[in-house]
Amino acid sequence: MTRLLLQGGRLVDPASRHDGVADVLVDDGRVAEVGPGLDGTGAEVVDCGGLVVCPGLVDLHVHLREPGREDAETIETGSRAAALGGYTAVCPMPNTDPVADNAGVVEMVAARGREVGLVDVFPVGAVTLGQRGAELAELGAMARSAARVDCFSDDGLPIREARLLRLALEYTRAFDAVIADHAQDASLTDGAQMHEGEVSAMLGLAGWPAAAEEMVVARDLLLAELTGGRLHLCHVSTGGAVELVRAAKARGVRVTAEAAPHHFALTDEAARSYDPVFKVNPPLREKADVEAVRQGLADGTLDAIATDHAPHAREDKEVEWAAAPPGMLGLETALAVTLTELVEPGYLDLVTAVERLTAGPARCRRLPGHGGPVAPGAAANLAVFDPAAAWTVDRARLASRARNTPFHGRELRGRVVHTLLRGAFAVRDGRATR
Amino acid sequence: MQKHLLSAADLTAADITRVLDTAAHLAKVTDRAIKKVPTLRGRTVCNLFFEDSTRTRISFELAAKRLSADVINFSAKGSSVSKGESLKDTAITLEAMGVDAIVIRHGASGAPWRLAEWVEAVVVNAGDGTHEHPTQALLDLYTMRQRFPGFDGLKVAIVGDVLHSRVARSNVLALTTMGAEVTLVAPPTLLPARVETWGAAVSYDLDAVLPKQDVVMLLRVQLERQRAGFFPSLREYARLYGLDARRLDAMADHAIVMHPGPMNRGVEIAAEVADSIERSVIADQVANGISVRMALLYLLLGGPEVVA
Repeated sequence: MTRLLLQGGRLVDPASRHDGVADVLVDDGRVAEVGPGLDGTGAEVVDCGGLVVCPGLVDLHVHLREPGREDAETIETGSRAAALGGYTAVCPMPNTDPVADNAGVVEMVAARGREVGLVDVFPVGAVTLGQRGAELAELGAMARSAARVDCFSDDGLPIREARLLRLALEYTRAFDAVIADHAQDASLTDGAQMHEGEVSAMLGLAGWPAAAEEMVVARDLLLAELTGGRLHLCHVSTGGAVELVRAAKARGVRVTAEAAPHHFALTDEAARSYDPVFKVNPPLREKADVEAVRQGLADGTLDAIATDHAPHAREDKEVEWAAAPPGMLGLETALAVTLTELVEPGYLDLVTAVERLTAGPARCRRLPGHGGPVAPGAAANLAVFDPAAAWTVDRARLASRARNTPFHGRELRGRVVHTLLRGAFAVRDGRATR
Repeated sequence: MQKHLLSAADLTAADITRVLDTAAHLAKVTDRAIKKVPTLRGRTVCNLFFEDSTRTRISFELAAKRLSADVINFSAKGSSVSKGESLKDTAITLEAMGVDAIVIRHGASGAPWRLAEWVEAVVVNAGDGTHEHPTQALLDLYTMRQRFPGFDGLKVAIVGDVLHSRVARSNVLALTTMGAEVTLVAPPTLLPARVETWGAAVSYDLDAVLPKQDVVMLLRVQLERQRAGFFPSLREYARLYGLDARRLDAMADHAIVMHPGPMNRGVEIAAEVADSIERSVIADQVANGISVRMALLYLLLGGPEVVA
C-alpha cells in the first residue's frame, strides 16, 4: 500500500494558511496532491469526514529516558506514546545516563528512533560536558554527526555561569544551532518544592519564586541580544517571563519560546493533595500565570506547545512530595489538553492551536519534513484527529511505560485517530501499528 | 470530626471544643491513683517516628496506655529514601499487622497525607516537616482555656520562625477558627510568602505588640536558620525577638508565656522568663499534652460516647 487518499477531512495547515475541507493524496511517503474531490483511483481511501487533518505534531521537549532509565521509558515506548498523541517528531533532552554530550550518544538515540520507526527522533545535545556547567561539550561534533544535532540544552541543570552561556550562544552561530535554556536561578531555588506563593506557605513546602525564572530569562535574552545567537526558552511558566519574551521579540532578539500543557491547564492548587504527580519543574504556578501563558500562546509570544514529557518509575513518585523527582507525562494528552483548555474556552482558534503544535515548534529548529506545509512533494507526516471526541484519561491505559500523568480522571475533548509517518500508519484508528 | 487528624484546618470550632471538653474529662484519669481506663482495650496504636522527638512520642505513648491501648513504637529515623524502605512499604507492613491508628512524625511536609492514602488505619499527624503539628495546637488551646474564659477576642502573639514552624501553622488555623486575634511577630525573612492571607496580623516589632497580648507564644529558633542567613546572629535575634525579663514586665499582668519546647534558653526565651511561676505555663503545656492526645485517640478510635 503506497497510495492513500485522506478524504473529506478539514485540512488545517498553518504553514500554508489553509483551513477548509480538502482531500490529501499520499503517494510513496509523500504528499502527491491536495484539494477538493481528488481522484482516489488506485489508492486506499481513508474517510476523514468530520475529522481534522493536520501536519504531524512536533514536540520540542521530551524525556525518553533511554539510555539509563529504561524502567521509566524507552525510545520505543516513548515513540509509541508520541505517535498516539499525534506526534511525528520528538526532541529528547540529553539528561540520560550517559548524558547525550557527544556524537556517540546522540547517534545512538537517533538510530534507535529510526529503528522503532513510529516518530522521527531529533536528539538535543548537552551544552556542557556531563551537563556539569563547566566546559562546552563538543557541539560541532554533534552537529556534524549522523544525528545532525541543531539544538543544545543543559535542560534541568541550567547554565549558571553567564559567560559560558554567552560562549555557547556565540560558538553555535557557526552551525546555526539553537541553545535551549531552562531558566532557573539555583540560589533562589535551593531545596524548592513548588511555586512560592500562598499555597506553598500553607503547605510548608519550600517555594520556587517566579523571580527565579524571570531573572534568568532576562539574562538569557540580554545574552542573545549581545551575541546574535539563537536562544530558545524552555517551558515558560510565569507571567513575568512571558512579558520579557514579548518585549525582547518586539525589539528583534532572536528568541523562540515554548510552554507546556500543564502550565496552561493546572495551578499550584493541585499540590494541596501532596501527590507528587503534580510536582514538576518549573512548578505549577498561579491562575494569573496560567492566564499569561495562554495569552502568550495566543499572540505568538510563545511559539510552541512542548510537553516536557517526563516519565518516572512508579516507585519514584509513590513517595513523600519532597522525595519525588519533578516531572509529568504529556505526549498522549497534549493535543486534547490544548483543545479543551485553549480552543474550547476561546483563547486560541483551532488553526492557531494547531500552529503552536506543528509549524510553530518546527520553526524553532531544523526538523526537515515536519510542521507542514501539507503540499505536493512534502513528506507525508500527518495527524488526523476528532476534535469533538470526549474521552477520560486513564493512566492505566497509557502507552508510556510510566503512569505519572497529572490528568488522570480528567475528561478531555479531542482524540487522535491516525498518525502517518512518511505515508505509513504509525497509528491507525487510535491504535499504534507497532 | 474527620476520620484522620492531618491538619488543624480540618477541625471545626465544634470539633475543637469537643476535643478540649473530652480532654478536660480525661484529665481526671491522670489524677487518680490508678491512671488508666479500659476505653481502648484491644486497640493498637503505632507511633511511627521518622524524626527524633522524645517528648511528643512519650506523650502519645502515655495517652494511648492510659486508655489501655496496646502501643508499638516504630522509630525509622531518616527519610524513606536514605533508609531503603519506602514510606509506602512501611505503611503496608503496619496495616498488615493490624494497627488501628498510626501516629506519624515525619521530616517531609505532607507525609501524613501520603500515609492516609495507603492505609485503612486512622492517621494522626504528630508533626510533618515545616508544615503542621495539630495536636500541639490543641494542647496549646487547652492550656489557654485553663487561664482564659474563652477564645473570642483572645489576643495571641506567636513570635519567631513562623516560616519553618509547624506549631505556628496549626495554631494560627485553630486559633482563628475559635475567634482569637493572632499576631505573628518575626523578622521579615522568617515569615512565609503572602502571610497576610492567613487571617492574622503581622508585626516586625515585638515591643510594640507585647503590651496588648493575653498570650505570648515563643517558637524555637534553630541554629541552622542562622547559618542559612535568615538572621545575622543568635545574639541579634535575642535582642530583637527574645522574651527577656524586661519585656516580660511590659506584658499585661494577666498575660501568659508559652513555648512548645524544646527551649533555647537565652535565645528566644530568657531563663527567668521560662521559669517564671506566675507567667510561664510551659510545664502545663506538657502535662496537658497527654490529656489532649487521650481525647483525640478516644474520639478518633470511636470510644463510647460517655467516659466512665
